[in-house]
Amino acid sequence: MSLALEINKKQLNEDSWEEPYFINMGPQHPSTHGVLRLLLQLEGETIVGCDPIIGQLHRGVEKLAESLNYNQAIVLSDRLDYIASAANNIAFALAFEKLMGLKVPRRARLIRTIVCEMARICNHLLWLATHALDIGAMTVFLYCFRDREWLLNIFEKICGARLTHTYVRVGGVRLDFTQEIIDDLYKFTEEFPNRIPDYETLIDINRIWLKRTKNIAVVSAEEAINLGLTGPCLRGSGVPYDVRKFRPYDAYDEVEFIVPTGKNGDTYDRYRVRMEEMRQSNYIIKQCLDKLPETQGEPILAEGAPDLLMPKRLKKPKPMPVPKKGVVFRGADKPIVPVGEAFAAIESPKGELSVYVVSDGSSNPWRLRIRTPSFVHISAIPELTKGHMIADLVAIIGTLDIVLGDSDR
Amino acid sequence: MIEQLLNLLNIEIVKVILAAVILVAVTLLHVAYLTYAERKIIARMQQRLGPNRVGPRGLLQPFADMFKLMFKEDVIPKAVDKPTFWVAPFISLVCAGTGVALIPIWKNFVLSNINVGLLFILALSGLGSYGILLAGWSSNSRYALLGGLREGAQVISYEIAMSLALLSVVLMAGSFNLRDIVNAQLNSPFKIYLIPQIIGFFVFMISAVAECNRTPFDLPEAEQELVAGYFTEYSGLRFALFYLAEYAGMIVMSALAVTCFLGGWAGPFDIPYIPFFWFFLKIYFILFCYIWIRATLPRYRYDQVMGLGWKILIPLGLANVFLTAIFKLIF
Amino acid sequence: MSGWINKLKDQFSSVVLEVQLDKDYPTVICNREGFLDLIKHLKEEKGFTYLIDLCGVDYLNYKHKKFEERFEVVYHLYNLDTKELIRLKVRIKEDDCWHYSVTPLWKTANWFEREVYDMFGIKFEGHPDLRRVLMPEDWEGYPLRKDYPLYLDEEHEWSVYKKLIEKTKMERGK
Repeated sequence: MSLALEINKKQLNEDSWEEPYFINMGPQHPSTHGVLRLLLQLEGETIVGCDPIIGQLHRGVEKLAESLNYNQAIVLSDRLDYIASAANNIAFALAFEKLMGLKVPRRARLIRTIVCEMARICNHLLWLATHALDIGAMTVFLYCFRDREWLLNIFEKICGARLTHTYVRVGGVRLDFTQEIIDDLYKFTEEFPNRIPDYETLIDINRIWLKRTKNIAVVSAEEAINLGLTGPCLRGSGVPYDVRKFRPYDAYDEVEFIVPTGKNGDTYDRYRVRMEEMRQSNYIIKQCLDKLPETQGEPILAEGAPDLLMPKRLKKPKPMPVPKKGVVFRGADKPIVPVGEAFAAIESPKGELSVYVVSDGSSNPWRLRIRTPSFVHISAIPELTKGHMIADLVAIIGTLDIVLGDSDR
Repeated sequence: MIEQLLNLLNIEIVKVILAAVILVAVTLLHVAYLTYAERKIIARMQQRLGPNRVGPRGLLQPFADMFKLMFKEDVIPKAVDKPTFWVAPFISLVCAGTGVALIPIWKNFVLSNINVGLLFILALSGLGSYGILLAGWSSNSRYALLGGLREGAQVISYEIAMSLALLSVVLMAGSFNLRDIVNAQLNSPFKIYLIPQIIGFFVFMISAVAECNRTPFDLPEAEQELVAGYFTEYSGLRFALFYLAEYAGMIVMSALAVTCFLGGWAGPFDIPYIPFFWFFLKIYFILFCYIWIRATLPRYRYDQVMGLGWKILIPLGLANVFLTAIFKLIF
Repeated sequence: MSGWINKLKDQFSSVVLEVQLDKDYPTVICNREGFLDLIKHLKEEKGFTYLIDLCGVDYLNYKHKKFEERFEVVYHLYNLDTKELIRLKVRIKEDDCWHYSVTPLWKTANWFEREVYDMFGIKFEGHPDLRRVLMPEDWEGYPLRKDYPLYLDEEHEWSVYKKLIEKTKMERGK
């Protein structure tokens, strides 16, 4: 029988006072960012063992995707990491485009980059808000949400939704940017670097913050690679691995940005890495916005992309496009793709999100495997919390940036 | 009729009872509106508005909260130790609130002029921690127990630091009686003990924040870690009593700080009909500082709280006492 | 890149069945026996220190199947210095449903293998703590297999959920 059931039975039968002392930081808890259950084995206040139990948010995305089309599967991807859902759409779209052999036009690539970086800023703002709130600084929470509201309003102008965007589709994006959106984004990129010091002055060199985050959950570089940590968690330990630089996709080979790394691999370094990433994201958005006028008038969907519009929405009947080799159209939305497999990875705000898809020639994927960063980070919690106290546990969960929708799929 | 009432007023005991009733009413009003002030001030610091629906500008909010808590269902878990569970909030509230009786509000008004007034207030704050420990223990839940234990240890450690800070004040004033302390301040060259006792004031203020379990020392009731700490299992009116006890403690500590360090009821000029004006002004300023600190700072971890209390504040307090003693000897 | 992969085939001739270089990333199809040596060689000598993903695929009724085993375990390894990605595939039979665990080499493989066990039923030998990770502990069946339905009918529902339905029916009936 599993450890969790054994511990439960023991706790129900006797309230034993011997060491070790089991406590359950249950699925309902103000600071576990979702339904994460942690079985802690304590000695006094020190954590000796920890067993994360996930699966309460498992919706069977991988199984559902096997019964849906490639177009419909993109909708499932929004709900994975629902804080930065544009990034998940891009991962799926990249894998499917690789499978179908589509070439995305430049304008769509630039727009995708902008949207991905906006999602990154949204995610880091929410991360900072909840991390600071867990450690006790309430005011940072409200300042971050004020700026996040700004970005979410821009998202609403772009695609109509604030949280689950489904904006990036196979072959490009759904709708083009209007001039109003571009002006709003320019205003945002000018003003945002002046807002970041607002958060930093409250906590950056605050003695209490330093005491709560320095030397907590120190991970060395080899340990981090072995544990599978990616994203800011890995870069905080000094490894400069960033999928945007190592395996560039979209428009990342056209823009310049630096990848911040930390030195010690503790919580404070990861915090500084993410703050710097926000500034870099802002810079990337600005560069892409400057490049957008060059591509004015280009299509936003690749040639041969699976038709996205339902037939009755079209005003004139669309001319039958020339089918690409291996991609045949049957009706409005059922792509039939070549047999094969494809693997694509992106740098989502939380880490590396990779999609491995196997196709059998029909319009549904045969196997859609999503490797999410939160799943791996939760598996690293027992290693990271050994020897720390309960009060540090909240800081550690915060610094790993976990979302349960991402890990349970 | 009116002559009979006035004759009654000359009787000592009637005077005392009337003064006590007025003092209790004023304290309860202050505690209630302190919750309102905290919510408004923190909201403004976080760029939002705070309660503004109930009554003009939200001024009736404390009454709305009180009614809500009174009518909530009183949930008592099955496995609690009933007598202790019932008694714990009362212990907290009584010990926190009784200190008000000893504070001299203006020159002629102190409800109870005990010769060991300062000692009595310190003893009361020590007894108040019983309420929290009993609440944590009787709730029969791991979270509550951990919260109660933490809080007990924290209060005991910071009480020592507070007592040392107050000891230097007693050395300078020569008496434990609070009215005499204020008079001694007014007769001293600096008029307030803040300037010669700056270290003592610093130690006292930090210990007072820790005694009242306010941020940055509010780990026992930290929402994010132990759900709600020692009052996880309390609901309705009992919860309200704990809440009141916390704010009453804040008021008593501020009043103590004003009396011992900031000159009590004295001010640069006298206002004719409001003799308590300066006293209340100073208390309001210190309460504002409490709230300001809560809005700004993150929370200390438990072992860091203990480290701060034992390794930094107590040595500082001791050094302050020695310095004060030496100065008293020389001058 | 292709040079040393072909040499790999010569070096581990009993393990490597096939090397496919026409896919999007080089794919090496291996036997189960001797697999640990191959992957250890790749990790320690060729520098593939980063295990990106470990997953299982069920090929029941796959139309274009060219082999007879039902399951496949797919590994994606990445070399951080030379920026190369390699895909390893191991074919597992249905009635001999187990594989060697790479947990001694990568700690991250622990939860990946637990998920493969949970979803496909492939046991991993040498795994320290093989139990279900996404489904509840007392779930029966392996959800991602192709013969497992997308929606369960009432009789096959999870026991806890069935009890809850009965309880609500009883309370509504009252």
